[in-house]
Amino acid sequence: MSYASYRRFLAMSAAVALGGSVLAGCGSSDDGDAGARSGPVELTYWAWAPGLDKVADLWNKGPGKKEQITVTVKKQASGDDLVTKIVTAAKAKQAPDLVQAEYQALPTLVSNDVLADISDEADGARGAFAPGVWQQVTLGSDAVYAIPQDSGPMMFYYREDLFEKYGLKVPATWDEFAETARALKKKAPDKDLTTFSANDSGLFAGLAQQAGARWWTTEGDKWKVGIDDAATRKVADFWGGLVAEDVIDNQPMYTPAWNKALNTGQQIGWVSAVWAPGTLTTAAPDTKGKWAMAPLPQWTASKPATGSWGGSTTAVTNDSEHKAAAAAFATWLNTDPKALAALAEESGIYPAATAAQTGGALAEAPDYFSNQPDFYTEAAAIAKTTAPAAWGPNVNVAYTTFKDAFGRAAKNKSGFGAALTAMQDKTVADLKKNGFGVAR
Amino acid sequence: MVLFLLFFALPIGYAGYLSLRKVEIKGLGLGHGARQEVWAGLANYTDALTDSELLDGALRVLGYGAIVVPVMLGLALVLALLLDTDRIRLASFSRLAIFLPYAIPGVVAALLWGFLYLPAVSPFAYLLEGVGLSQPDLLDGAPLYGALANIAVWGGTGFNMIVIYTSLRAIPVEVYEAARLDGCTPLQIALRIKIPMVAPSLVLTFFFSIIATLQVFAEPTTLKPLTNSVSTTWSPLMKVYQDAFVKGDIHAAAAEAVLIAAATLLLSFGFLRLANSRTKQGASQ
Repeated sequence: MSYASYRRFLAMSAAVALGGSVLAGCGSSDDGDAGARSGPVELTYWAWAPGLDKVADLWNKGPGKKEQITVTVKKQASGDDLVTKIVTAAKAKQAPDLVQAEYQALPTLVSNDVLADISDEADGARGAFAPGVWQQVTLGSDAVYAIPQDSGPMMFYYREDLFEKYGLKVPATWDEFAETARALKKKAPDKDLTTFSANDSGLFAGLAQQAGARWWTTEGDKWKVGIDDAATRKVADFWGGLVAEDVIDNQPMYTPAWNKALNTGQQIGWVSAVWAPGTLTTAAPDTKGKWAMAPLPQWTASKPATGSWGGSTTAVTNDSEHKAAAAAFATWLNTDPKALAALAEESGIYPAATAAQTGGALAEAPDYFSNQPDFYTEAAAIAKTTAPAAWGPNVNVAYTTFKDAFGRAAKNKSGFGAALTAMQDKTVADLKKNGFGVAR
Repeated sequence: MVLFLLFFALPIGYAGYLSLRKVEIKGLGLGHGARQEVWAGLANYTDALTDSELLDGALRVLGYGAIVVPVMLGLALVLALLLDTDRIRLASFSRLAIFLPYAIPGVVAALLWGFLYLPAVSPFAYLLEGVGLSQPDLLDGAPLYGALANIAVWGGTGFNMIVIYTSLRAIPVEVYEAARLDGCTPLQIALRIKIPMVAPSLVLTFFFSIIATLQVFAEPTTLKPLTNSVSTTWSPLMKVYQDAFVKGDIHAAAAEAVLIAAATLLLSFGFLRLANSRTKQGASQ
């Protein structure tokens, strides 16, 4: 029966690999332990941004050497599983000193008692960031749970040459955006202005944020979930309408088919964020220099706002024996001009610190957008209009429901109203099931 | 015995323990002491059993299995019988060629097929366009089951064929000689002698296939980003993964995992018993 075990081994290999990575995570922080503050301090930092170890080296050779604080970066996979990995490690009191965490993951981590309040050490950094960004690391309280690292202000990308060819104007409002989509369909029925993709919840969250949605707010000691609030419903109905009308595509992003649609000009626009040049470089290499970036279309033209799609923070954990040292590093990493320049250079991130959004590594437009030399100047102006976001302790549930419900609705072209209701209901039900106080 | 306890009983026992616990949260759930692990009794199990996502997933997997198991085993049996005839040319090459897909990891296979399924990048779509046809979207609705089943059949047929083929080779040659002397045609030999003689290995491969089907995870997970039709909880194991690693609720995930294991045991051993009693009956006749 040797093939029996072999067969089972193969069938289970995926699950085992996943379990194994969590276990490995628990063990790997062991070597981050250090003695009391009397001597040199060693900090472990779990992060996924590429090249972060090089930036940490700058610290270890510069300010860190003076203060005898050495930071070791342990590369992680990004995404939802890292949150679980950190929570699991924290349960075993084995969490690293520092972690990279996405904005929307902060309430989950705080709720699991993973993150330390570093307001004493880090409150001075407040002025370096746009208010809408800083508010996300305080969860609207007096505490400071992380230092913003990068942000993803949203923009509209379009094929400049094809817009000209079809006589289209860059839409300044969402109404114009819908008109543009219809006009394009009339002139070139086989082309689409863009697609509504349900496989990245961050896009929809950012669009709702732009419209003024507040998905999680607190009322006393209760959470209030506003996923189906008027602002979000407006956004959902707008996109659901475009899909139902068949004037935009409904296929998911980041697939080989989507890459091809961008690369061949079958889709001539993309609602994205400041990091889009990197994605376009790999997805649509043949159209380099033909794209242009514009502010996101607006709901109210007189009050420009944008959402944020992606972005992360540096947080200090409760397990750290050297919270002050860790907070000092986190502040340096995300506010020091040298560190920020290195972050932009080595990790290719778009810094959340306002002062670093122009100049340095961001003085010149990305190679892919060499036709738009003021790319980063314009991006910095857009970033200033970032609307505040309100995250709660079960963003993961809302995001998963979004993928499933909106994915189905986009496929059926049936409008997004029911899907949004499902998202709200499941999120509330999950909060209640876990015992959170929920206001209605 | 120690090994059994350490590597088998202990993890299962721990999963059982976790499945009886839950985390209770007070108020906003922020800060120290807002989370407490408490006994949940069977609450996680009743939740799992009444969870429509898990039940829908189970139904989907049953539908998927209804395609995979008969097609895969049928193909494996036919191919093994063909390879076992004397007239086949390049026997060892064919054997290797049929077995080869089994050596390709499921994730890689799913990716390969995923590319072929997407009309925009599939070479088949390109060829079909050449003759004026268009490739249907295979990752949608009912064809999705076929598309997923195809990956499993492609990957699994070779393995099952080898198992059946091996037991075919173990049949003594005298049996065939006797049959031929009695005037049996090759087809009659196949139907009347070979298939009944390899029935035990058919039972075995069926048994493995049921288990593999119920635990399908890698293929739908890999195809998920390519289409809106595969939800994050498409199969029961994907639901377990979601709960454990995305929602971070290990207690619910543990209860679901225990239920899936129990269902797998019940189905597979139920089948084994049925098959055994049938063979015993056959033997006593």
